Amino acid sequence: MAQRVVIVGSGSGGTMVANRLVRAIPEDVRSGKVEVVLIGAESTHVYQPGFLYIALGQAQPEGFKRPETDMLLPGVQWVPEAATKIDPTKKSVQVASGRTIEYDFLVLATGSVPDLDAIPGFREGGHSFYTLEESLRLRDALQSFDHGKLLLIIGVPHKCPVAPLEFLFMYDDWLRRTGKRDQIELEYTYPISRLHSLQPVSDWIDQLFPERNIKFQTFFNVETVDPVKKVVYTLEGEEDNYDLLVGIPPHVGAQVIRDSKLGDRDGWIPTDRLTLKVKGYDNMYAIGDATDLPLSKAGSTTHYESEVVVKNLVHELQGEKPVVLYDGKIYCFIEAGLDQATHISFDYNHPPEPSNPTATVHWFKLAFNEMYWLSLRGLF
Amino acid sequence: MSDVQATKEIDARGSFCPGPMMELIRVVRSSDVGEVIAVLSSDQGSRRDIPTWVEKAKHELIGIETLDGYDRILVKKLH
Ligand SMILES: Cc1cc2nc3c(=O)[nH]c(=O)nc-3n(C[C@H](O)[C@H](O)[C@H](O)COP(=O)(O)OP(=O)(O)OC[C@H]3O[C@@H](n4cnc5c(N)ncnc54)[C@H](O)[C@@H]3O)c2cc1C
Repeated sequence: MAQRVVIVGSGSGGTMVANRLVRAIPEDVRSGKVEVVLIGAESTHVYQPGFLYIALGQAQPEGFKRPETDMLLPGVQWVPEAATKIDPTKKSVQVASGRTIEYDFLVLATGSVPDLDAIPGFREGGHSFYTLEESLRLRDALQSFDHGKLLLIIGVPHKCPVAPLEFLFMYDDWLRRTGKRDQIELEYTYPISRLHSLQPVSDWIDQLFPERNIKFQTFFNVETVDPVKKVVYTLEGEEDNYDLLVGIPPHVGAQVIRDSKLGDRDGWIPTDRLTLKVKGYDNMYAIGDATDLPLSKAGSTTHYESEVVVKNLVHELQGEKPVVLYDGKIYCFIEAGLDQATHISFDYNHPPEPSNPTATVHWFKLAFNEMYWLSLRGLF
Repeated sequence: MSDVQATKEIDARGSFCPGPMMELIRVVRSSDVGEVIAVLSSDQGSRRDIPTWVEKAKHELIGIETLDGYDRILVKKLH
């Protein structure tokens, strides 16, 4: 009898798992022995790191979008619908049209989304660049912002922990080149005691901020925003004013995870840090932003996790044990201006060490922005 | 102190990013008042940072237990 692998979520992780799986067992897929079904709510695949460039006016949205069907290898069965309910007892997923799809193995790759309502007043008073819509709004706001204070606030948890820094460094560089830096004050805030959760990154920006004249505050967790007075209030009892508020709102997991009671209150899925199995379910994996793992929510995390999950699925489909373990590997580029960047890599046992930014790494990041479409197809 | 029951436990050992402190803030935000959260951390900085933040944010530090190569830090959400 055919075995069916169902993947929920067709973002970075879900698309990679589907493509990598059909690549790994082409014969089984062709003969119908294994069915690979991808359920996704979006028919257009959007490359989220592009939002940073869109907000800063450095790129247009069209370059970061592709039809999902163009990304899928033959053999992947595409269901362009939102999953509405996952039932682990019946081993089935219900989709928006009411259809029920049964699975032998399930991969949850439903991602995370910024909750613009998590901080009262933020939706009215703030801007973000963490969704396509918001990045376009911020682009317009930045274009008419000619003097005053830009305050950057960061909620917990959030995806791509280096994007807020990249935003500030790139904007600072642009302001300097256009001779507008003197009219605009830049202030960065961070939830914990240092400037970044990664100590070496924190040390690096500790040096860079004074050079770039970027002010900062730590232990800064905004609780409410007063959009009329243009003031933010923190849960540590501080307040700060702004002329333009840019924020990374706290993120939450997907609604379907909460509705199916597979996650905690915010929708994060309890996941084993080594096997990537959903805790308590032998035939279910979770990858990417959707997990509750204390890891950076980044495309690269998702990428490395997808390799592990596919190898284990292949073992399990062949009746073997899923012995491949995830080592916590993550790799990130960090833009340090409009034409220079650095990069870091780390895992559960090795902390990162950023090197000095160079133009070469910046070009590599831009190249990766294009190579992403190949990585989705499981080519590397 | 190992007898103190936590309602939630966060295993942030080996987590460089977001790290134990950030994980604690995340879980405190989504917990009910009165819940006790245990953070397991192998990061030296957290021993200092977590109590500082807990005081600033007016929650309660129940204690820090040093175990085999890591700390178990207990925090109660007060508001
Ligand atoms: C501004 C910005 C910059 C970034 N920069 C970087 C970077 O430089 N490097 C890096 O590594 N990462 C970066 N990231 C993070 C990266 O984009 C994410 O971590 C990555 O996309 C996570 O992959 P995922 O598959 O877990 O989730 P996603 O790619 O978000 O995919 C989740 C998918 O699940 C779908 N879904 C949700 N619920 C349902 C449902 N009920 N039914 C069906 N489908 C559903 C969603 O529609 C979505 O398509 C950045 C993110 C942002 C916003």
